[in-house]
Amino acid sequence: MDGMITVKGRSLGRFLEVLSSKRSIQGLIYACAGIFFFALILFPPILGILLKWNLIGQIFENPALMARATSAIYASFTIALFVSIIDIIAGLPMAWFIWRGKSKWLDALDTLADIPFIVPTVALGFSIRLFWSDKTQGMSSLFGTSLVSPGWLLVILLHFVFSYPAVVRVMVGALFDYKRTYEEASRTLGAAPVTADRTVTFPILKPSFIAAFTLAFARSISETGATVIVAGTFENGPVLLNNLKTTQELGYESALVFVSFILMAVACIIYATIRTFGTKLKLPIRKVWPVAERKLSSQSLTNLRNTSTLLVFFVLILIPSLFVALPMANAISDGTLSQALSSTGIWQGYWQSLSLSYGIAFVATLLNTVAGLPMAVLIARKRFGMLPSTILDVLINIPMIVPSIALGVSLSIFWSNFPFIPEIGLLIFAHLAITYPYFVRSMSAAIERVNMDLEEASKTLGAKPFTVFRTIILPLTKYSLFAGAIMMFTRSVSETGATVAVVTELKTIPVLLVEWVKGVVLATPMEIGLGCGFLIILSFVILLFSRGTVRGRY
Amino acid sequence: MPEVRIENVTKKYGKIVAVDNVSLHVRDKEYFSLIGPSGCGKTTLLRLIAGLVQPTEGEIFIENKSVTHTPPEDREIGFVFQTYALFPHMNVWNNVIYGPRVKAWDKEKSNRIGDEMLEMVLLRERLDAYPRELSGGMMQRVALARALAAGAKLLLLDEPLGALDAKIRFELRYDVRKLVKDLGLTAIHVTHDQSEAMAISDRIAVMKKGKILQVGTPLELYMKPQHIFVANFIGESNFLEGYVSKVDKKETTIELRGDILVQALDHSRKKGEKVAVAVRPEVLMIEKGKKRKENAIFGKIERRRFEGTDIRYEIRLENEDLVVAVRPALINEWLDVQEKVTVSFPIEKTLVFTYPKKGLKEELALE
Repeated sequence: MDGMITVKGRSLGRFLEVLSSKRSIQGLIYACAGIFFFALILFPPILGILLKWNLIGQIFENPALMARATSAIYASFTIALFVSIIDIIAGLPMAWFIWRGKSKWLDALDTLADIPFIVPTVALGFSIRLFWSDKTQGMSSLFGTSLVSPGWLLVILLHFVFSYPAVVRVMVGALFDYKRTYEEASRTLGAAPVTADRTVTFPILKPSFIAAFTLAFARSISETGATVIVAGTFENGPVLLNNLKTTQELGYESALVFVSFILMAVACIIYATIRTFGTKLKLPIRKVWPVAERKLSSQSLTNLRNTSTLLVFFVLILIPSLFVALPMANAISDGTLSQALSSTGIWQGYWQSLSLSYGIAFVATLLNTVAGLPMAVLIARKRFGMLPSTILDVLINIPMIVPSIALGVSLSIFWSNFPFIPEIGLLIFAHLAITYPYFVRSMSAAIERVNMDLEEASKTLGAKPFTVFRTIILPLTKYSLFAGAIMMFTRSVSETGATVAVVTELKTIPVLLVEWVKGVVLATPMEIGLGCGFLIILSFVILLFSRGTVRGRY
Repeated sequence: MPEVRIENVTKKYGKIVAVDNVSLHVRDKEYFSLIGPSGCGKTTLLRLIAGLVQPTEGEIFIENKSVTHTPPEDREIGFVFQTYALFPHMNVWNNVIYGPRVKAWDKEKSNRIGDEMLEMVLLRERLDAYPRELSGGMMQRVALARALAAGAKLLLLDEPLGALDAKIRFELRYDVRKLVKDLGLTAIHVTHDQSEAMAISDRIAVMKKGKILQVGTPLELYMKPQHIFVANFIGESNFLEGYVSKVDKKETTIELRGDILVQALDHSRKKGEKVAVAVRPEVLMIEKGKKRKENAIFGKIERRRFEGTDIRYEIRLENEDLVVAVRPALINEWLDVQEKVTVSFPIEKTLVFTYPKKGLKEELALE
């Protein structure tokens, strides 16, 4: 019932209210949130590397392994940089089209643009590999040969698809928040549309460009499961770490620590650089080319741009992402489906892994929601001052910007000092670390948007802190809370890299599917397709449910 | 019933002093206004009284009880925000009874209070509406009803009419005062609109740069401003620079530029002191031609503007000073531009201020 306040279980409620007024209790709650963050999220990965610091020197005694490691690290960052740039180039026109377009299909397009976000990455990897590399199906079947074999080019294509929706989502959000009055003022002063966009709109949206770039970069750097599927013999950082963990060749431990450390450190440095200097980046707005830009603003060129945007989207993004539907459809007709549903053969392991994945995701989501809420309040309301809030705001991003497999390696090293912790515990800790920033960032932004006047009005009317939180902040941010929880959940289900790093016996569904694709477990393409298909259907259900609940709300 | 006492309160934000050693006493059941230019500290002072910010120094008392460290929810105040701060996820009814509900009053009492308040602000029929469905005036009334329903005896209003258009603002200001008086409340009202403050306040404090310059009734502030800024902020004043040339028992003589002599009844001045003579535009009398009388200066009309109820004349005096005179538009004969006139003003309505060290422009600046 919207807006109704009740004081049910009055004695408990009153007790909590009175308790929440005490500064010591408030301090305790924030302290617990802080301890949770530092003890379980931030320090373990850092300390893990430090504990095995002495191993790093050993890699220098193995030139071949060293060369392999540096090559892989270089490949990771080069691909991430390249992919982020082309994602901005391709994603911005799409966001623009969604924002400005006048078609009744725009809502549908907006939803379709999210598909690579929602399709679990391992399914995405398999789908893209099928589309581009399989000679009997997809694009390659038109040419009778593998158009793009597994290797660095397929990795780039995968990362382009994988990061595209992140860019589009950020840019669409920024464009819808943008006040068109500025652009209109520019146009009334004689600027052609392209000039107005370049000199007025883009500079104002620059922070969003930077945010989109950062997000695309972080996603590309971190991606493991799908990359392993499409990489073939090519190795970037995460693929190398995965291979080292699997083969455990001579000197692998030092390589693991070295590569993880470099990946984490360089990712942090790049993130800090973008964050510090990104806003100082000047876009070229001084020079104007009225004649040329007026021609570029013509309807025919705009139509051409829109057509190519949609072409890129459908041919390079959407169809490859959903191509797995083909083997899935075959699986339904050839009896594989009935085997799957009766849990025979490899399917028993499949359902066990699926249950494990969703169970871990649920636990991680629940724990992070409870522990992340006070942290979000701390950051949004700057409870302990501007500087601590800013520092925390930066620190919580770390698990998100470092490659998850590197994070997993260092977590594995750290937690190995506590051998009494079972594998399932390690898995939960890893997923807690990976998903925590997604929730806290989303919630802190939502709480910041709640006008302080509303909280203050509530206090002046006699509400204690707990009541203010329960009756004002929570109702006004519940959809963001829900969206943040969904994001955590889907991220956890998709997570491969850190899982591979921390556990050996337990197999989550992405890890199992990678084994099916790589032939570690024998599975037919139909079985793999169906396995991916189940995951996709479940993810779609979650997407539609969250869209229907969250759209147009606070 | 609460009186409010503020003793030597200072509020600093880093190096910025928002409220500078302010002491104030608001009497029980008084309708008190704080006015001043933007950034003068009036809202900060109100928020200090509400407990929404903590003072850097000083004490605040409500009903003779120190509340300096008491949180806002325990101060028994009602606060009406400039943006109203109506909870967007609650309808009118739930907004209004929010206070009674969180204070765990019994349901019957809460409902009765809610009914009474909505009846009082004439919004009984809109109790199911959400804030987004209400006009600005309605939102303001709901905000008022909500603050009152919580049972507060001290009402704090932060520019409650600021977001409304002029006509509605004009009507509602009297409604707010009537409501406060009928309920026997003490009210502290912050506004930058001096005519609003003058119309509804028992007393007013004029603030500038964190300090209170003068406290008084509207009439006192208008007729006897103690500070040159108050003379200009409340109403309007013409300022003429000069030096005190003679002080005797009856009057003080001031020599303006161009050797023009004028008299005032201010006996606190010293001979040779540099002063600014202030005269209100509506007090200036204008006659055609040259007339010999007390405090008369010759001049020429430079500009004339019709402003609805008044005509506004800008007159260049013979000593090159420019003064403004305001006369009712429909009563008097209109004078023409370039017409030679005599401007005069009564001795008893002539104000004299020490000339500010920083200069007149700086002292009168609103920021």
